[in-house]
Formats: sequence, C-alpha cells, structure tokens
Amino acid sequence: MGIEQKLGNLGFVTTTLENAVNWSRTRAMWPLLSGLACCAIEMMVAQSADYDLSRFGMELMRASPRQSDLFIIAGRVTRKMAPVIRRLYDQMPDPKWVLAMGDCCSCGGIFNNYAIVPGVDEIIPVDVYVAGCPPRPEGLIHGIVTLHEKVKKEGIRYWYEKS
Amino acid sequence: MDLLEKVVERLQREFGEGVQPLEEFRGEIKASVDPSLIVPVCKFLHDEDDFSFNFLIALTCVDFWPQEPRFMVVYQLYSQKNKIILGLRAYLPGSDPRIATVESVYPNANWHEREVYDMFGVTFDGHSDLRRILMPQDWEGHPQRKDYPLGYEEVQFSFNFDEIDKRKKYARE
Amino acid sequence: MQQPEMELTLEELKHLITNRAIEGETMVLNMGPQHPSTHGVLRLLLELDGERIVSCVPDIGFLHTGIEKNMEAKSYEKALVMTDRMDYLNNLGNNLAYCLAVEKLVDLDVPPRAQVIRVIMTELQRYASHLVYLGTHLLDLGAITVFFFTFRERETILDILEMCSGQRMMTSYFRPGGLWRDIPDGFVAAVREVLKTFPERIEQYENLINENPLYLDRTKGIGVIPADKALGWGVTGPPLRAAGVNLDIRKEQPYSGYEQFDFDVPLGTNGDTFDRYIVRIEEMRQSLRIIEQGINNIPSGSFRSDNRKFVPPPRSELGHSMEAVIHHFKLWTEGFPAPKGSVYVPVESPRGILGCFLVGDGGPKPYRVHFRTPSFGNLQALSKIAVGHLVADLVAIISSLDTVLGDIDR
Repeated sequence: MGIEQKLGNLGFVTTTLENAVNWSRTRAMWPLLSGLACCAIEMMVAQSADYDLSRFGMELMRASPRQSDLFIIAGRVTRKMAPVIRRLYDQMPDPKWVLAMGDCCSCGGIFNNYAIVPGVDEIIPVDVYVAGCPPRPEGLIHGIVTLHEKVKKEGIRYWYEKS
Repeated sequence: MDLLEKVVERLQREFGEGVQPLEEFRGEIKASVDPSLIVPVCKFLHDEDDFSFNFLIALTCVDFWPQEPRFMVVYQLYSQKNKIILGLRAYLPGSDPRIATVESVYPNANWHEREVYDMFGVTFDGHSDLRRILMPQDWEGHPQRKDYPLGYEEVQFSFNFDEIDKRKKYARE
Repeated sequence: MQQPEMELTLEELKHLITNRAIEGETMVLNMGPQHPSTHGVLRLLLELDGERIVSCVPDIGFLHTGIEKNMEAKSYEKALVMTDRMDYLNNLGNNLAYCLAVEKLVDLDVPPRAQVIRVIMTELQRYASHLVYLGTHLLDLGAITVFFFTFRERETILDILEMCSGQRMMTSYFRPGGLWRDIPDGFVAAVREVLKTFPERIEQYENLINENPLYLDRTKGIGVIPADKALGWGVTGPPLRAAGVNLDIRKEQPYSGYEQFDFDVPLGTNGDTFDRYIVRIEEMRQSLRIIEQGINNIPSGSFRSDNRKFVPPPRSELGHSMEAVIHHFKLWTEGFPAPKGSVYVPVESPRGILGCFLVGDGGPKPYRVHFRTPSFGNLQALSKIAVGHLVADLVAIISSLDTVLGDIDR
C-alpha cells in the first residue's frame, strides 16, 4: 500500500475498509453443522484427515445457527424438511452465505418426484453451487474457495443493499 | 422346501377355506390368507413349536389398480429355528381397505403398518398409533398408489430453458 | 415472514406420552431434525423428568425420497442407480440386494468370478461402514482422535472402490448378471496391502478404547436390549447379535457363494452399548478374514453373464455382429422383460437384514420394489430402549444402533 512506503516503519498498515472486512469474513467462516444425506458424509470426510477444512478457518462447525455464517446444504431436501431449512436460514444472523453441495440440492439430482424439492434455491437464496453426486471433498473445497473469492469482491454498497 | 409345504398343508387343515396355497415361483412358497383370519394364522404360526415363525421380516403392500382386488398386503415370516421364509398374502378391495393389525403377535409390525397406511391408505384395525410416518402430517393422498402421479417437474433443456425459468420460483431473500 | 407450523402438537401425542407431560410435571423437549448427534435428520420428542427420559417418540420422514415409486418408472438396469442412495454408507450392499432379486426374478446366472468379487467388495464396504460407525460413535462421546484415524483408513478403501468403478461412494458396480466391468490390474495388489496393514490398526483402536474408563462408564449397561424381546421389537444385525441371538443371514440363507467362505459370527452377552462395539470390531476382523480367502482364489472367467437377453453386449462386439446391435438397442431403450411373480431376497448389511421385495408384471419396468431396511427396525426399538436413561446416554445409544436416515426413510 502506498503511504507506509513513504512514511517508513511507523507501525500501521493502510488498506480499504472492504478489503479488511472481507478478509476477516473469509478467514474464519464457520459452517452450520447440518448434513442431510450422502453429501454429508463427504462433508465429514472433507473435515477430517486427508482433506482438511481447518486450514480455511472452518475447523469447528457450530451446531447452533445463531453462531454460524455458512450454511452448507449437503443432501436432498424433501418437502417435509423444507420448512426446517427455511427456519434455520432465518435464524442465522447476517452476514450469511449458502453453499448448495451436490446435485440434489442444486437441481433435484437424479430424483424427479413428489417428495423432493427440485433445488433448494426455491426456498433460500444460494451463493455457490457445487456439482457432483456426491462431490469429491476436493470439489467441496473448490466450492468454498470460490465462495471466498465471491466474498472478497463484495463492496460497501452490497452490504448496504443486503441489510 | 418340504417343511414349507407341510406348513401350508397344516394351515389348510386348521383354517380350512381361509388359506389357499399360491403357485410356487423361484422356490418361494406363498399362501393367500383371508383378511379376517390374518391374526389367528399369524398367532398359530408364531406359537406352534414345530414351526415357530418368530420374526416378521417384511410387511408391505402392492397396488394392482385398476384390477380388483386392488391391494395385496404381503407378510414375510421367518422361522429362525428352521431357517425358512414363508410368504402370506391378503387381498383387499379398493374401496375402504381394512385389515386387522398383527401388532399383538409381532410388535415390530407397528411402523411397517404405519408405512403401509401412509403410502397406500390401508387402515389397520386395532393399531395403537395409526398416523402418517414418512409424509408430513397434513399431506393429502397416498403416494405409492398407482393412480397417484409421480409428480415430476419438467426437465430444462436449452430449447425450453427460458420459458421454464420464468415460471420457476426462486428465493431472493 | 410467516413461520412454518411444526407438526405434532401435544394434543396429537396424548397417547404416546405419559399424563405427567400434560399436567406439566415433565417437560417435552424437541431434539430437532438438525442436531449434531442424531446422525442425520431425525426428530425425537423427548419427555424429560429432569435429565431422565420418561418417553421418547421418534419422528422420521425428513429424508423420504420416494425411491420405491421412482424405481417403478425406470427399467430394471436404470433403477439400480437409485439403490445406491438409500443406505449411503453401504452402497454396494444395496446394489447386491437389488441385483440378487432381479437375478432371481428372471433366473439369470452369475459366473463364479463375479460372485467372489462381489463378496470381496461387499466385505470391504462392510469394513468401511463399521469404520464410519466407530468414528462417529466416538465423536459423539467426545473422543475425536478416533474419528480422524478411521476416516483416514476409509480413504484407502474408497481408493480401491474408485479404482474399480470410477466413483468413491455411489458406485453402482454390481449389475444384474455380474459386475459392470472387470477388476483392474492394481486391484489385487491394493487389497493385499489392505490385508497387511489393517489388522494392526484394529489393534490400535482396541488399545485406545477397550480399557478406557471414560468409555466403559458411558457404555456399560447403557441401552440394554434383552435377548428374548429383541426379535420381537424388530432389531437385527449387530445390535441383535450383541444381545446374544445368533442370526446372520450370511450363514442362514447364504447368497452369492458365502457358503464357501469360512468365518465366525461374533456374539455378545449383555446387549448393551459396549457389546455392540465389541461385536462390530470383531466383525471387522472377520471381514478381513473373508477378504483374504476371497483374494487368494479368484476364479478366472467372465465377469458378467453371457445371456444377451438380459445383459448388454460389450462395445467391441457391436462392430461385427448384427445380433449384438439388436440386443444393445433393445436393452438400452426398453430394457428386458421380467416374468409375472414376486421374489424376496434377504441380505446381511452392516446394519442388519436388508431385504428386497420385487414384483414383476411381464414388462420392462419393476411393478413394485420394496426394501425392508434394517435401520427402520432398529430405530423402532429406540422408544423402548431409551426409557429411564439420561439424555447423554441417549446420544450413545443412537450412535451405537448405527442408524442411517437414508435407510429409514428411503
């Protein structure tokens, strides 16, 4: 950044407000501990030894929606579960992001019948979709990194409009 | 195999016209039971020492719409002592299908019968807790009947992408 | 935003909970669909007197996908893909149950090579499923180390599955008539590597867990299933064998060549949570034993039946054989017709007895498919097992029953 180079080592850094806020939001985004079906197993695998999610700051998954930022919907959403998902989303405080993991919550997946909601974006707004049935843990990590890039691009105007 | 045939013969002697053997298919022996006799038959098979069918391994239903009798409730009983599986079939009419519950003989029939009620609409008389189990409580209709539609949504290809997109609901907030 | 109504008010539940709840003496607590310890979307309504459970009512159906009705709209081979998604920790076992039912219905032969490979893969899947049980059971009790160890090992097994079929979990590797394709070259070497390294890992787990006083305190005497009532309640699989009842479908109604393999069926004595753990650890050892016997003599031959009326021909034949083209066309557009009749095939999954009931009607699509799933029976017994325990014990009991919600709700 510009000013420190000219003034020397005075002990401060300058940056834009957006950069600072977005940096802190992406570095410690806590997911909600809620897995629905098969994709939840791959989410658990991504959390554990070989593919580690703690290096992205997501070491703990909070069980309570009031304390989490990221809602990873892992698995198929049925009509009975849809009001519960909406309620959980409403209980999460701002800022919050949603990652639809897998085919079933992105578009209904291989199921096309009376019991499955075809795409969770009918209920809650989704930021990133990750394809796969189930997506590999690397796929989920790619989705999370994409979400981080999206968050880094958010500006003050976007926060203002969102709230 | 012989033991199963003996079982069916013994059932026919005990219950007369109510139990009829069905055609053997791929080595499986089945018998059709009159719906009003299902609890005595199950109790007999459970208590009798030679046979001792002590486990209800499956309870389900098949819908033959539009043929009558419409519903066929299937009971698969397993005897751990003799290592044999016997199938019982009870045929029910399409309008107001009712049959007695076998919960008193096999307690694990509780949830299986709730599932059959939920999916097919067959009422089990004497059941302790007959509510919907898999669908929401206020759902209308019985999904696995043959006249209930599968309920699919139209697939979006590139030629009809835009027009379906206009109709499809998206959540914005 | 209008809030959705949650079902099951107190009025509707009057017959299931005691009077003390209605008077207000005890509290009715909702252990909701989203909970870290319920292993999926299971809703439990607990009536609590302080911390003691007076009655427990499970509410399922939050993952009901309508798989059975959806399979009626697809041909036999295409419907196989949906069976993977039912019990999502035992994909190959579900495939096996459905394939055996289809083969019994149309009277299709399976070559011996395919049978032995099916046994090896099913036992690998059983090992992987028990690893997940071990990891999540101890994660719920607070011992997080074992979770990381078991999932690291599961990666080795998933690598083998990916080598054979291309997919880690939803493999659809077993097809009616045999296997989808032959095992690749590195398969035998990879399985032998597994057989070399895994037995000492099991010993590592036992060293960590078996004498741990915290674990013993939390699991001995908790969630006892009495042996005389267990079958009546519908409990099968390791919880039943932990109670002392010797019922293993692999021994009683052998399928896919299991009668040629030599293995023991571990039994417990008390039927409590600790015995269920011991039974599953022993089953892991017996699985390795079966895999060793299988991998030492895999018969040579074809990996899928040659009956072209049911099995599509390989693509290499399509270039020079007219019948192959006709069979290929018919089987992939319409499918093969099945005779009228019904079959029932039970199979032993890591959770219990998985049965497939299949009704054919002469057409190319199954008329009715029903899966008798083990977790459905095991969870039914929960309302009887959990009475009188603390809420913390309930967490141990649910994870020791090893229920998978995809299995229950289908």
